[in-house]
Amino acid sequence: MITETVEAPAANQANPTRLRKQGWLATLWSDLKRDRVSWLFLAPFLILFFVFTVLPVVTSIGMSFTYYNIMEPAKFIGLSNYKLLFVDDDIFLKAIGITIKIAFVTGPIGYVMSFLLAWLISQIPIKYRFFYTLCFYTPSITSATAMSVVWLYLFAGDRKGLLNYYAMQLGIFDEPYLFLQNINSIVPVIVIVSLWMSMGVGFLAFLAGLQNVPKDLYEAGAIDGIRFRWQQLIYITVPAVKPQLLFGAVLQIVASLTVFDVSVQLVGLPSPLYAGHTIMTHLYDYAFIKFEMGYAAAIAVVLFIMMIGLNRLIFKWLGRD
Amino acid sequence: MEGIVKGKRIDFGGIFLYLFLTGLGIVMLLPLVYMVSTAFKPVSELFLFPPRFFVDNPTLINFRDLLLVTGTTSVPFSRYIFNSLFVSLCIVFFGTIISAMAAYPLAKHNMRFGSAIFNLIVLALMFSPLVIQIPQYLIVSKLGLINTYWALILPFLAAPVGMFLMTQFLRQLPDALLEAARIDGANEWRIFWTVVMPMLKPAISTFALLSFITAWNDPHPAQVYTTDNDMKTLPFAIQSLSGGVGVIARVGTLGAASLLMIIPIIIIFIITQRMVLQTMAHSGLKE
Repeated sequence: MITETVEAPAANQANPTRLRKQGWLATLWSDLKRDRVSWLFLAPFLILFFVFTVLPVVTSIGMSFTYYNIMEPAKFIGLSNYKLLFVDDDIFLKAIGITIKIAFVTGPIGYVMSFLLAWLISQIPIKYRFFYTLCFYTPSITSATAMSVVWLYLFAGDRKGLLNYYAMQLGIFDEPYLFLQNINSIVPVIVIVSLWMSMGVGFLAFLAGLQNVPKDLYEAGAIDGIRFRWQQLIYITVPAVKPQLLFGAVLQIVASLTVFDVSVQLVGLPSPLYAGHTIMTHLYDYAFIKFEMGYAAAIAVVLFIMMIGLNRLIFKWLGRD
Repeated sequence: MEGIVKGKRIDFGGIFLYLFLTGLGIVMLLPLVYMVSTAFKPVSELFLFPPRFFVDNPTLINFRDLLLVTGTTSVPFSRYIFNSLFVSLCIVFFGTIISAMAAYPLAKHNMRFGSAIFNLIVLALMFSPLVIQIPQYLIVSKLGLINTYWALILPFLAAPVGMFLMTQFLRQLPDALLEAARIDGANEWRIFWTVVMPMLKPAISTFALLSFITAWNDPHPAQVYTTDNDMKTLPFAIQSLSGGVGVIARVGTLGAASLLMIIPIIIIFIITQRMVLQTMAHSGLKE
C-alpha cells in the first residue's frame, strides 16, 4: 500500500490517453485517493494554515468593503473605505510617506549591509567567524520592547541622555536635542534602530550560502582571468548565492514595510505630530484602539498589496537569469 | 579563498578587514553592553550626572526587585516568565512537528497539488502576519479562545518560514534511505519518525531557534488575545513596567527584565548556530 504512494505517479503520467478518457473529476479523485497518506501528513499544517492565514486574508479583503465595529453587524459600503483612505485621510497619506521613507532607507541599506558583512565574514578563517556572526546577528534577535530601555536612555532629550551628553561635551550641540520629540529626528532615529536590528535571518542565509559556494568556481574564475576580490564577488559569488539573495530580499521587504514595534516603543502611538506614524501603526490605531475594523481591514489590504507587489517586482528583477 | 590572500610583505587588506569587522562588531554590541550594565546598576548610579556608560558597583538588587516586588500589578513577575516560556515552548514543539510532517510529503512524495501548496507557502512568506491580525482576532474570539493559552499558541503553529526551510532542506537529501526503509516494509508514519526526523535535525533546530525568537519577543498576541493579567507574557510585562512611552522610570528593574528576556535567545543561538548555517544554505528561492 505504501509503495503505491510513491510509484503510482510515474504510471499515471505514462498513460495520458487513459487520463483523457476517465475525465477530469475521476482522475482527480483517484489522485487524491492515491495520495491520501501524503494528505494525512499535511492535514494538521494545512488546517491551521487555512484557518489562521488563508481565511484571514480572504476575510480582510471582504471586510475592507464594509463598516464593522464589532458591536453591530457589518454593513456593506462598497469602496467607501478606500475612498476615505486615499482622498480624505491625511494621516494615512502621511503614514504611507513615512513608511516608504523608512522602508527605502532601511530596506536596501540593511540588505546590502547584511550581504557585504556576510561576505567579509566568509573571507576570514572559520574559527574566528562565530564571534563576528554573533556580534552582527544578536541585535536582530533582541526585541524592540526589551531594547527600549536602552534607546530611551540613549536618545533621551535632556542632559542625562547619553547621546546629548557626549554631543555637548564635544561641543556639537549647545543644548540638549529632543531626538524623540523633534519631528525632524524621529524618522532618522527609527531608521538607525531598525538598521541596527536588520541583520537577521537574511544575514544567516547569506552567510550559509557563501560558505557553500563550490571552490572550483573560483579556480575556474582564476583561469578565466579574474584577478581582484571585487571581480570574484560580482562575477562568481553573487550569481552563486542568488537563491539566498532572493530569500533575503523577500524577508527584508516584509520587515522594512512593517516597521511598528520600534516606532511605538520609541516615539509612542500616536507619535508627536504623527512624525513616526507608519502604515502599521495606523492600522493598529484603527483596529485595536478605535475598533473600526472595516477601515483597518482596508489599510491591511493596501499594505498587503504593497508587500506582494514589491516582492513580485524583486522576483522579476533578481530572479531572471 | 583560504583566509586572507597572502600579500607580498604585510597584508594591509587583511589587517584592515579585521579592524573594520572588529570595530563595527563592537559598535553593534554597545547597546547590549549598555543594557547589561544598566541591569546591574544600583539606584545611586542610575541617575548620576554626568551619565556613566559602565557600572561601578554592580549589584543584583534590580533582579531582586523584579522578582519580589512586582509593583503595579498583583501578578508576580514569575507568572509572566512562566507564561512566556510555556507558550514559546509549545509553539516551538508542536510547530516543529506539524511543519516537519507537512514538509515530508511536499519534498519527497510526488503528490498532486504539491507544488501548488508549496507556492502558496512561498506567497505567505511575502507578507507579514501582522496585516492579518484583525481577522485572526475575530476568528480567535469566535472560537471562544480569548484569555486561554490556545489563543497564544494555535494561530502561530503553522508558520510558513519553518515549513519552507524544512521542505527545501529535505529536498536536497538523498532518497536512498527512504527507499531502503520502504523495502524493509516500514510504513510512512514509521519512516517519518525513524528516518526523516533524524535527517531533518539541522532544519528542526533552525526552525526551533527562529520560532522561539518570534514567539518569545512578540508582544502582540498577549496584547490582543488576552485581557487577564494572569495570561500576559514577558514582553507585555516589560511594556507595563516602563510605565508607557517616554517615561524613564525604574530603569534598573527594566534593564534587569530586558536582560532576562534577551539571555535565553542568545544561549539558544549559540547552541544551534552550526546547524542553523547548515540549514540556511538551502534556504534559496528560485523563480
